[in-house]
Amino acid sequence: MGDRFLVATRKGLFTFRRSAGGGWQQSDLAFLGEPVSFALSDARDGSLYAALNLGHFGVKLHRATNGGGFKEIAAPHFPEQPESHDDPTPWSVQQIWSLAAGGDGEAGLIWAGTIPGGLFRSTDCGDSWELVESLWNRPDRLSWSGGGYDYPGIHSICVDPRDSRQLTLGISIGGVWRSEDAGQSWEPRTEGMFAVYVPPDLRADPNSQDPHRLVQSPSHPEVFWAQHHNGVFRSVDAGISWREISGVSPSVFGFAVEVHPSDPETAWFVPAVKDECRVPVDGKLVVSRTRDGGETFEVLRDGLPQTHAYDLIYRHALAVDETGDRLVMGSTTGSLWVSENQGDSWECVTTQLPPVAAVHFAAA
Amino acid sequence: MATIAFTPNLRRHLDAESARVPVGTVRSALESVFSTNQRLRSYILDDQGALRQHVVVFIDGRRVTDRARLTDVVNEESEIYVMQALSGG
Repeated sequence: MGDRFLVATRKGLFTFRRSAGGGWQQSDLAFLGEPVSFALSDARDGSLYAALNLGHFGVKLHRATNGGGFKEIAAPHFPEQPESHDDPTPWSVQQIWSLAAGGDGEAGLIWAGTIPGGLFRSTDCGDSWELVESLWNRPDRLSWSGGGYDYPGIHSICVDPRDSRQLTLGISIGGVWRSEDAGQSWEPRTEGMFAVYVPPDLRADPNSQDPHRLVQSPSHPEVFWAQHHNGVFRSVDAGISWREISGVSPSVFGFAVEVHPSDPETAWFVPAVKDECRVPVDGKLVVSRTRDGGETFEVLRDGLPQTHAYDLIYRHALAVDETGDRLVMGSTTGSLWVSENQGDSWECVTTQLPPVAAVHFAAA
Repeated sequence: MATIAFTPNLRRHLDAESARVPVGTVRSALESVFSTNQRLRSYILDDQGALRQHVVVFIDGRRVTDRARLTDVVNEESEIYVMQALSGG
């Protein structure tokens, strides 16, 4: 059961713990005043990682080991750009948008996804990084574009729990990419997705797809859920084909999606009105849950604000623990809720955080 | 020798003491400091070795113009200030 979680915010990294009585309390605060774009707890060794995006001084990465404090380690960075390379995208990391631990048998392996859209690999717990050039040097990469940010970025890194050589990435805007050889080669996996925000000829173009968030079922890794810019999609064949899930209520627009750790049919979404109006529908914050692979959805609202709510749950700001019972979500307006019953009801932990970028359960 | 000083805002993150640096260019002056303070490099320069977007450098009261190659000249009595630009928020 997840009794501790990390909350990465615009002004620091907050840690909350569950008390013996069942309440949640803030237990730690690091990097007060600094933007924290992502946090990772590596279940293999208990290490914590915090990605900072210092306004003036660039992207930094910190690691805490053995329960100690955070210390700055190397941050991913691009190699020198060849003068001959005509590339409108700056070869300079602007944000660490995602971090993922390698497989259980790959001690020290960490993946990082950045804006602009670089995938980086570390084999020494982040002490050094190398750009995955097999992806960065693909000509397709020049067709990627910014979605919400000026440049494209890798926000989702799914490492197959059965075979960690199988990697799947979600890129805004650049589609879904799959490697089955630990990142040596890549192919797009967007068949069935479509984009309504580009000219008709590009509707099915892999590089034009904007999955806001991509998650992989831990128990059935061939199953993926994607909250896409213009809807929800699901794949049951490791991304080879995708099917639109149209019944999400009250809206198919949103950023976050989570999948139950042992039930690939159960997933959660947090809808917002639409692209041009990123707030809850009718001022009521709700979570939409399916238990049947997207055939039907329940709208969950018990404990969530149902009047004048303008909270948006960003792509990394919804998390489920390893039991599948406990969820946490944080909003761009600084509120934080926990559910102990798969979303049936929610408890508000605080309404006073800085804007929340990401939440992440960590071993207690 | 010229002098170089850094915004005190850096001290939240790491040491960045004032120093005497040889004449030459902004690049050579910074490299002189980085030679004994490697961590500082990524706070001032981006991945391609250019000044970070929201860092600004003054030489004798003039804002440096070559932010990519850092070729602005540093003279014997120059005073260099590495500051954070207000544009960075």
